[in-house]
Amino acid sequence: MSYQLPKFRHPELPVNDLGYTKADYEGAISTLCAGCGHDSISGAIVRACHELSIEPHKIAKLSGIGCSSKTPTYFLGNSHGFNSVHGRMPSVVTGAALANRDLLYMGVSGDGDTASIGMGQFAHVARRNLNMVYIIMNNGCYGLTKGQDSATADRGSASKKGDPNLYSSIDLCGTALQMGATFIGRSFSGDKEQLVPLIKAAMSHRGFALIDVISPCVTFNNNLASTKSYEFVREHSEATGTIDFVPMHKEITTEYEPGSSHEVTLHDGSSIHLYKVDDSFDPFSRRSAMGALEEHRNEGNILTGLIYMNKDSRDLHEVIETSQRPLNELEEVDLCPGNKMLVNINASLR
Amino acid sequence: MKSIESVNDFVIKFANVNGTGSASANSLFAKAIFRMGVPVSPKNIFPSNIQGLPTWYEVRVSDKGYLGRRGGVDIALSVNPQSMADDIREVEPGGYFIYDNTKPLDLRQHRNDISIIGLPLTRICNKEYDDPRQRQLFKNVIYVGALAALLDIDFKVLTGLVEDQFKGKKNLVLPNIHALELGHQYARANVECPIGIRVEHSDMVGDKILLDGNEALGLGALYGGATVAAWYPITPSTSVVDAFEKYAKRVRIDPGTGRRNYAIVQGEDELAAIGMAIGASWNGSRAFTATSGPGVSLMSEFLGLAYFAEIPTVLFNVQRAGPSTGMPTRTQQSDVLACAYASHGDTKQVLLFPSTPKECFDFGAQAFDLAERLQTPIILMSDLDLGMNDNMSEPLSWDDERKYDRGKVMTEEELEAGTEFGRYLDVDGDAICYRTYPGTHPTRGSFFTRGTSRNEYAVYSENGEDYEANMLRLLRKWDTINEHVPAPVTVDCGHETDTAVLYFGTSEESSREALDYLAEEGIFMNAMRVRAFPFNSEVQQFIESHVQVFVIEQNRDAQLRTLLMAEFEFGPDILKSVLCFDGTPISARNIRKQIKKHLNGDNVLPLHRKASLSGVGETL
Repeated sequence: MSYQLPKFRHPELPVNDLGYTKADYEGAISTLCAGCGHDSISGAIVRACHELSIEPHKIAKLSGIGCSSKTPTYFLGNSHGFNSVHGRMPSVVTGAALANRDLLYMGVSGDGDTASIGMGQFAHVARRNLNMVYIIMNNGCYGLTKGQDSATADRGSASKKGDPNLYSSIDLCGTALQMGATFIGRSFSGDKEQLVPLIKAAMSHRGFALIDVISPCVTFNNNLASTKSYEFVREHSEATGTIDFVPMHKEITTEYEPGSSHEVTLHDGSSIHLYKVDDSFDPFSRRSAMGALEEHRNEGNILTGLIYMNKDSRDLHEVIETSQRPLNELEEVDLCPGNKMLVNINASLR
Repeated sequence: MKSIESVNDFVIKFANVNGTGSASANSLFAKAIFRMGVPVSPKNIFPSNIQGLPTWYEVRVSDKGYLGRRGGVDIALSVNPQSMADDIREVEPGGYFIYDNTKPLDLRQHRNDISIIGLPLTRICNKEYDDPRQRQLFKNVIYVGALAALLDIDFKVLTGLVEDQFKGKKNLVLPNIHALELGHQYARANVECPIGIRVEHSDMVGDKILLDGNEALGLGALYGGATVAAWYPITPSTSVVDAFEKYAKRVRIDPGTGRRNYAIVQGEDELAAIGMAIGASWNGSRAFTATSGPGVSLMSEFLGLAYFAEIPTVLFNVQRAGPSTGMPTRTQQSDVLACAYASHGDTKQVLLFPSTPKECFDFGAQAFDLAERLQTPIILMSDLDLGMNDNMSEPLSWDDERKYDRGKVMTEEELEAGTEFGRYLDVDGDAICYRTYPGTHPTRGSFFTRGTSRNEYAVYSENGEDYEANMLRLLRKWDTINEHVPAPVTVDCGHETDTAVLYFGTSEESSREALDYLAEEGIFMNAMRVRAFPFNSEVQQFIESHVQVFVIEQNRDAQLRTLLMAEFEFGPDILKSVLCFDGTPISARNIRKQIKKHLNGDNVLPLHRKASLSGVGETL
């Protein structure tokens, strides 16, 4: 069951540039377990959209099946949503994005939805560099069917049932990198300070932007032997650095120490300020990103933050040269060549 | 021996090796006869292979305008030693066997009841050409030239065709005409020309065109306003999207920017292909996908979503022989049940059954109107025979005044004015509800599309009453659909009769011919061609007004008959089956044979004989 939040709001809630309060970006009350990491991610999405002053109806939110895929009900209540088929959200977003390039597409998926049943579609949507944000709420288990291991569970990690996972785990950031994703970030549901700017940057990136968010399952996978528990992730995550996201129309007021940050301007004029922890890591190099992922995995740590970004990304619409006008706005006059052409075609077929 | 003698009425079958360029030479032959005003029906019978296996090209020539397979071969032209023994055996007594006699015919294959004509094709080629590829390609053109002499085909028509085909490529025109002449001269000088079977100029073609169904479908999608095509390669549907692209490149380029007013994406599989079509339709574009049987199996889950969530979806299914990989390059009408009830749970899908390229075009375009009006998947059921062969067809036409029917979509203005919106709220009482496109209004009209149950406002609900109300509304909608889809076509035989035939799609032409055969024997039957599912009420009335109705179809399990029995509760006493499922198009002689068997009571077999009876679809 979904419950609507009460409509009453404090009259002095802060509004964004468009006059919307944060409440205008909220959805129905979550029906996930209390303490679920996914709810924190929903909160981060709400905050990112509010702070970026995106008109709520200019976002479409789509998902597959699973606990993660239920969350679009719990954020952006004024946006169209689409809870599709297990593992097939990427194809539905691809079609939707082809139909109307002017909306912002937010795809939400889980580790089962992406790394198992939807692995094929995930790989190919990354490779096509579809202009979308793809958020994985990654808890290493199948929550809705009561805690089976997923393909992102680490080898040896055990869920509440206690049996250690026997198989190699899939690193979705590494996979996305291989497949050609042009923006890859990883974060932790408990770290909003890192997650919110990452989501904002991903939304401003033109191309396929993946954020793999480790999001502990409080019911089935938050025990001592799990590598996707709150405790383990807090102790073992290591950030590539911190980032600040600055929308184009916001005056830059923050002071930066010269030389400490790297500024990246995005297609829409907004910019990312990146503070790197380690100078040897270059998030604009696929090779460096791949190396950093491997290195941290070897050390038993989880690398978070912005992992890779291609500043010259060309999205699917650019590659296949579709019209600037959304295809769903075209009418008979644009689409139908009329009887005259058929007369000529008929003549050529005699 | 009495040789077959006929003018403008025969069946010729070419036996070639796949990948040797024979298809274009053979189609040159068929088109020459077509240009002489004689109806032709060429059928390519090809292997699932690129090079090396036997391939055949059968051309029906019929001044009476019969376009289906007749059955039997009057002339076999064989340049493939691999299949020669079978090819010669297949010739009708009194028929003609024309072969490459560079290597003499195996005496064991010799027949005394047919005319055997040798043409030293390889020898002529080896003498004329040095390049091995040229030797291979021109061999085909040379035999077409020889056939022109043997069958008295107007040589000027042939050379005219070559000129049209290679317009602007002079260096191709002359060598091809030269090769035609080589064959023509050899035959004139060495064989008695013409043989008993001849072609004469006629006027039975009128303004008809020769077109394959897949190209017509691609054009239908273009005219129907499709902007998104998502697909995955599969025989025999691949050329649908190829055709869409070919024409879109010509007419869908924005003149100002040079950018494309269409998008084509080759998916990673059929799941993705239909997912994309559904996503695009959900977002207000007209979108389609094209596939064949194995693709339909993969798409079934998504078809259920589109049915339940009421998302317009257009799917072109070009059927081939199943089950599983089956015979990928052979034809069948065997996806009827898989499509009619595609997906788990209580689902029913709308099917359209075109018979001709013209109907592929018309129904192809109409499918988008129907999908958006009815907010449900529309599955157009073509098949390999219609899709990949040149079929003689009425010319294509389009009413320039026609407007697309975009169905019930609530606009920004209506939402702004405060019109109540519930995605599954039946405000008009016709069980079809209003939808909104994403991005329409900042605060009104958004909703959540889902494959889970929900209430009228698209809010998730596990309440049994909400679920049931929705399912019953879907059924109410279903009950109105037969008024929207193409109505059946009836042919009254003009005689008092209590028997009839009922068929769909590519079984039409052979059925028509079989009924003429039967009428000549004094057996008169009415006919109905079904053009859509759900069935129009006329279908029920037609069946009820006869004592016996033969349902003619190209599958093993009598799928259309099953569907009729399920929808109308007819018993097996009324509906009889005429079937063909060997992968070749059903022939008129086969239909006649099966119907007569029933009428004579031969169909009542003791059980043990029934079990050993091989193939009801035995080809004649």
